Amino acid sequence: MLITEEQAMVRDMARAFARERLAPGAAERDRTSAFPADELKAMGELGLMGMLVPEEWGGAGTDILSYVLAIEEIAAGDGAISTIMSVHNSVGCAPILKFGTPAQKERYLRAMASGQMLGAFCLTEPQAGSDASALKTRAVRDGDHWVINGAKQFITNGQNAGVALVFAVTDPAAGKKGISAFLVPTDTPGYTVARLEHKLGQRCSDTAQIVFDNVRVPHEAMLGEPGQGYRIALANLEGGRIGIAAQSVGMAQAAFNAARDYARERTSMGVAIIEHQAVAFRLADMATRIEAARQLMLHAASLRQAGQPCLKEASMAKLFASEMAERVCSDAIQTFGGYGYVDDFPVERIYRDVRVCQIYEGTSDIQKLVISRNL
Amino acid sequence: MKVLVAVKRVVDYNVKVRVKADGMGVETANVKMSMNPFDEIAVEEAVRLKEAGKATEIVVVSVGPTQAQETLRTALAMGADRAILVQTDVETQSLGVAKALKALAEKEQPGLVILGKQAIDDDANQTGQMLAALLGWAQGTFASKVVPAEGTIAVTREIDGGLETVELKLPAVVTTDLRLNEPRYASLPNIMKAKKKPLETVDAASLGVDLTPRLKTLKVAEPPKRAGGVKVGSVQELVAKLKTEARVI
Repeated sequence: MLITEEQAMVRDMARAFARERLAPGAAERDRTSAFPADELKAMGELGLMGMLVPEEWGGAGTDILSYVLAIEEIAAGDGAISTIMSVHNSVGCAPILKFGTPAQKERYLRAMASGQMLGAFCLTEPQAGSDASALKTRAVRDGDHWVINGAKQFITNGQNAGVALVFAVTDPAAGKKGISAFLVPTDTPGYTVARLEHKLGQRCSDTAQIVFDNVRVPHEAMLGEPGQGYRIALANLEGGRIGIAAQSVGMAQAAFNAARDYARERTSMGVAIIEHQAVAFRLADMATRIEAARQLMLHAASLRQAGQPCLKEASMAKLFASEMAERVCSDAIQTFGGYGYVDDFPVERIYRDVRVCQIYEGTSDIQKLVISRNL
Repeated sequence: MKVLVAVKRVVDYNVKVRVKADGMGVETANVKMSMNPFDEIAVEEAVRLKEAGKATEIVVVSVGPTQAQETLRTALAMGADRAILVQTDVETQSLGVAKALKALAEKEQPGLVILGKQAIDDDANQTGQMLAALLGWAQGTFASKVVPAEGTIAVTREIDGGLETVELKLPAVVTTDLRLNEPRYASLPNIMKAKKKPLETVDAASLGVDLTPRLKTLKVAEPPKRAGGVKVGSVQELVAKLKTEARVI
């Protein structure tokens, strides 16, 4: 797919930033799990934290293609940071932009679009993942307020967010139509980070279990109408999945680049190993798979940009790109041989970082379910 | 004070440059092109001067093919106000570019012209000096620090022995060295704004400038491959080799 001059400028800026400011510290952040506050601040100043938010609310106002191109590049620098960015843009800013009142936008969106406040998306529960209708968290009306009780699982930015978008059952008899969404400042009494997960990869992005213990918010904290929660939760499903596809492509590209450069330098039997056909052909396959995934991802993004249905295409892009990325990262490790298995080179980390792309925002199995129902 | 900044479109510094099969140049087809890094520093310095209230308008100029518009847009996204492309498909050489910049300087009447000290493609390191000579203006080359005052500008230069500071009477020409500043990334809002900023295209003839190359490229070759080193057995052998083979002592 051909991109415009402006989209190329966005991509080039994100690429330079990721190469110079993110990639050098990625291994250290993986070791320490230190939250990348400085990096996110710089990204906020560049407009990367509110890319799809219009200028009037302090965002950058770019199109969706520019957004996925930027996600891809940031992911190539540090996969974990691309998750923070993706969650913040896609399910942090977007729902407030689409469903928020002017007062909610003024209070949250403006700060979020400039990266000064992070957003978290509290849908998943210990017993309810993609099956959002099985939610157990309850919000009970008490005069002008709502009182929220329950637990949320695998919440990206759960510890570092300023505001959490929380989905809770407000009318148990109404099923999916009984779910409502609330904007809960994370300093509200009763918002408790119960546990931080120790993960295979993406370690500098915090993933928290959040317990809501009699969290009291005014009625104005409700996003959208009562009972609109499920619709809000699903509104940017496609966008989120295309974003994961972009992250997968970016991380795979970074692993490929490292493997290609190594294959040009490392010699065996008197020649650079890229001169051995076994290595050269593997690299050719890797590059081809990455490009195929990228084109699926850009195609889905261009459909979404044009306002056309893209549920199936978004799922295909996410499924293909995330599975491709695990394979390509594995092949990258193989290219390095023993050095690929140790942390002197970035490929073992990228392999761990990219694995979750087959899980979050709907597992590969869920994507196949979506695709099979749209055949 | 108006500031004129010249930028050149070159092969991106991250690209491993390859010599073309005919040995007459380097491969540029399907190769990523970017703004010359020294020119990025020039744009950044101009933007900083404007932010400090020392410059009022930044006009960015490039001499080159139509695609150099992308390079100019990047400069606009960094903070330049408007752009001029002197469109040409001939190979650009220092003297021709300096003449085109002279014509534009006479038209635009800037108080200061900032250029990269050299472009990373031909590494000629001549355009700024030639421009200053053609205009009869003062020049401060290899700047690592620039401090404007009333009617003058102090330029700290990186020279072999250390640093030298010269005071130039304005208008003047300054060429930038690596340590002058660290260029910013163009923010997304500024990238979005860049497309609305004016970009004018002119041809060299309309400026009365002849860009025909005066230099002829005879041959372009890869640098010789570095040969492996040798291990010496003793200090005596090392000293002997340094004397007789390396001839450095």
